[in-house]
Amino acid sequence: MRIIEKRQLMSADEIRRTLERLAHEIVEKSGGAKDLALIGVRRRGIPLAERLAKSIRASSKAEIPVGTLDITLYRDDLSTVAPQPVVQSSEIPFPVDDRDLLLVDDVLYTGRTVRAAMNGLFDLGRPRRIRLCVLIDRGHRELPVEASFIGRAVETTDAEIIEVRLDEIDHEERVMVMDRVE
Amino acid sequence: MLLIKNGRVLDPASKTDARLDVLIDKGRIAKLAAGISAADAIVLDAANCIVAPGFIDLHCHLREPGGEISETIESGAQSAARGGFTAICPMPNTQPVNDNASVTRSIMERAAAVSSVRVWPIGAASKESKGEQLADIAAMQQAGIVAVSDDGRPVATARLLRQVMDYCGPLGLPVIDHCEDSSLATGGVMREGPRSIRLGLKGMPAAAESICAGRDIEIAALTRSRLHIAHLSTRGSLEHVREAKRRGLAVTCEVTPHHFTLIDEDVQYDSRFKMNPPLASRDDRDALLEGLADGTVDAVATDHAPHHPASKDVEFDRAPFGITGFETAIALALGELVHTNRISLMRMVELFTAGPARVLGLDEKNGRNLAEGSAADVTIFSTDRAWTYRAADSPSRSRNTPFDGRNFRGGPVATIVAGKIAWRT
Amino acid sequence: MPHRFRHLLGIEPLTREQITFLLDQAKPFQEFQRYPLKKLATLRGKTVALTFFENSTRTRISFSTAASRLGADQMNLQAESSSLKKGESLSDTVRTLEAMKPDAIVIRHSASGAAEFISTRVDVPVINAGDGTHEHPTQALLDALTIRERAGALDNCRITIIGDILHSRVARSNIHLLSKFGAHITLCGPAMWLPPELESLAPGIRRVSRLEEALEGADVIMALRIQQERLHEPSLSSDEYILRYQLTPARLRLARPNAIVLHPGPMIRGLEIDPAVADSLQSCILEQVTNGLAVRMAILFELISGSAEPQEQAKESPHAAH
Repeated sequence: MRIIEKRQLMSADEIRRTLERLAHEIVEKSGGAKDLALIGVRRRGIPLAERLAKSIRASSKAEIPVGTLDITLYRDDLSTVAPQPVVQSSEIPFPVDDRDLLLVDDVLYTGRTVRAAMNGLFDLGRPRRIRLCVLIDRGHRELPVEASFIGRAVETTDAEIIEVRLDEIDHEERVMVMDRVE
Repeated sequence: MLLIKNGRVLDPASKTDARLDVLIDKGRIAKLAAGISAADAIVLDAANCIVAPGFIDLHCHLREPGGEISETIESGAQSAARGGFTAICPMPNTQPVNDNASVTRSIMERAAAVSSVRVWPIGAASKESKGEQLADIAAMQQAGIVAVSDDGRPVATARLLRQVMDYCGPLGLPVIDHCEDSSLATGGVMREGPRSIRLGLKGMPAAAESICAGRDIEIAALTRSRLHIAHLSTRGSLEHVREAKRRGLAVTCEVTPHHFTLIDEDVQYDSRFKMNPPLASRDDRDALLEGLADGTVDAVATDHAPHHPASKDVEFDRAPFGITGFETAIALALGELVHTNRISLMRMVELFTAGPARVLGLDEKNGRNLAEGSAADVTIFSTDRAWTYRAADSPSRSRNTPFDGRNFRGGPVATIVAGKIAWRT
Repeated sequence: MPHRFRHLLGIEPLTREQITFLLDQAKPFQEFQRYPLKKLATLRGKTVALTFFENSTRTRISFSTAASRLGADQMNLQAESSSLKKGESLSDTVRTLEAMKPDAIVIRHSASGAAEFISTRVDVPVINAGDGTHEHPTQALLDALTIRERAGALDNCRITIIGDILHSRVARSNIHLLSKFGAHITLCGPAMWLPPELESLAPGIRRVSRLEEALEGADVIMALRIQQERLHEPSLSSDEYILRYQLTPARLRLARPNAIVLHPGPMIRGLEIDPAVADSLQSCILEQVTNGLAVRMAILFELISGSAEPQEQAKESPHAAH
């Protein structure tokens, strides 16, 4: 079984403009960014969260703390992880209690990752509120999870895969729709 | 009548090495010549095979009486026949110990009834092999023992060994000792060395054997009686024996096939590698190979020690010592000693025939050779037939061998005892 | 590159990369120990069989806590309890374990090779918690984690191990592990517990009889516990041992200035180690305990999640987004 590229969803430029737009929306809808903190979900949620924080700092001068969350230990089904899972550290250098948290991830799909992320956050304390920001929402939810900030919503089939490539990790910038081919 | 045709006859006693046919009648060798024809004889074609005097195993354990779950005289004999042996000497560590004439007689009677090979028991040196009082040695001799030993353990003290050897001298019985200094060896489960350190298993130093061998040889010198060292496994012990022979003492020794094949580095957490004496160092093995070649070693004996599978399927520390050995002896000797050009085929045959016979003092009595008029005990084996040993196919009740699945070149082809075919492929 | 671990039977068969991977995997679990709520549901529904044939409160509690914090259930099979008869052979235990079908087996036993024995007979991941005098891999891993943090890298560190090396599985596992990182290993103890064959365990091992000499230049000092029963076989008295081998503050000063002290526990204060040393800033004994928990959580996680049946590559594959 191979995976081939079907079409490109977003170019580097489109990614950049989308993130800028999201940064503005976040500031608008966060009541002045008081107690706001971003939590990047490992892996690609992390550079996205960092870029959003930078954008927010540039436009509104607000210094938003960024934490990282590894959800390997919080997944609800071990077998759906990679054959030999690699656990990495979560780094949340601020107390979670009473905080307005914004989870940042690249793609929202079934919602299980977000649920695992919430489990992780609740292990650390009791946030005042948790919202979700994603670059792509591809539908097919299996749990009642919704994103407050969406870069782009796309319709996909189950056979398709959304692949996000970011400079910090993949040394290129684009989003593609991939197909599974026998 | 049985006619063995086309084989290469090798007989160390007469130094015969020739293509000869062997005609057997009424349990004796009737004729030995080229091109025999005999109308009513069953013909055994021994083309490409060696025809030798019947092989003798000086050291084995048949477990009966008392340990029949692991082996019986019948199953052991079947396994021995499959290994090419025409005569076997079971050690006395049965339950009860073979330390008196009635146990010896019961073994002899049982063997006569069910065994396809000759059974020449070895009687205990001390009562119950406890190392305290002398066993009923003369009575046992009348019942049929050919030697004495407390095998399983050493004869406990120098003082007892002296008494036993003094007593056995005039009886013409060799004393066979399992050489082990218990105070050094106690608790050990394999040879002490780098491998035992790596595996975290308690080791028995080589000195535990050679110290006892040295002791025994001094007693042999003191008593001028016959001493045979069982399953010799170290360079140190071998050097003691070499020196003893140089001194003209009646000291002989045997080596097992597993000791000239495997070494301590081969040991794994698998009780099929656990036996006593344990697999020795590479240097010890080299010494044994030298001794087999230069005549210091008199015989190869298997120390066939069956243990039923459940008893061996335990952690290494807990497993009983011992492996089976009848069926792989010839093939291992060919593979490790002959095919490697360390010894000649004639010498190999000697280690299984004339050598053991000399140890038991048989050559004076029975004519263990292939000569007209001798008892028709014949071992036929191939030097190059390819085969794989499978423990599951063995008639032995036990499966404890490290050689299961091993490929061999050469092995037993037929075993004839008192003129009857005990086994053939 | 994913590392696959079916069992953890010892350090000897592991590569340096595999060991580094396991140590790195333990780090998130170290942080986890600082969380207010130390309870995950990662291994919920999984069962860990703790089969401890030898008395060992500390290691057993460490594994038990590790399993609990990961949300797993436990079966406790102990030699003293009725579930394992005293003197029962391992093959009987195998049958018991086969019937219970746990998701992982943690075994400590007095026979070297016991963990391997179980692993070849029961189709379940096996973790060796100490087999005879052979290996104690999780101890070596937690020691390595401690050394890595407190003394810098493992590479080329100078370590001195003191005590009854011959009978120590902790020493063996540590020797296997540290030698893979090029550490300089010095072994020190009474001669009958320090046979020459120890040098064959890894290249470059030094055996030294005088403790003062062995401590010179050491970055890491590991004092092994002395099993008091052994002091009588062959009669070495406690006083003799203390005189020649106790780690005292004065002797500790012969090592590097910031040398760290490790002990696998339980420690006999006043025998192998002077209480002042045990309580000093250089002592890492308490961190060893915390690191032990982290390492064991990482191992349980790796072995159990690694053995989970892979489902169809549905939505959550490494390529796919979620």
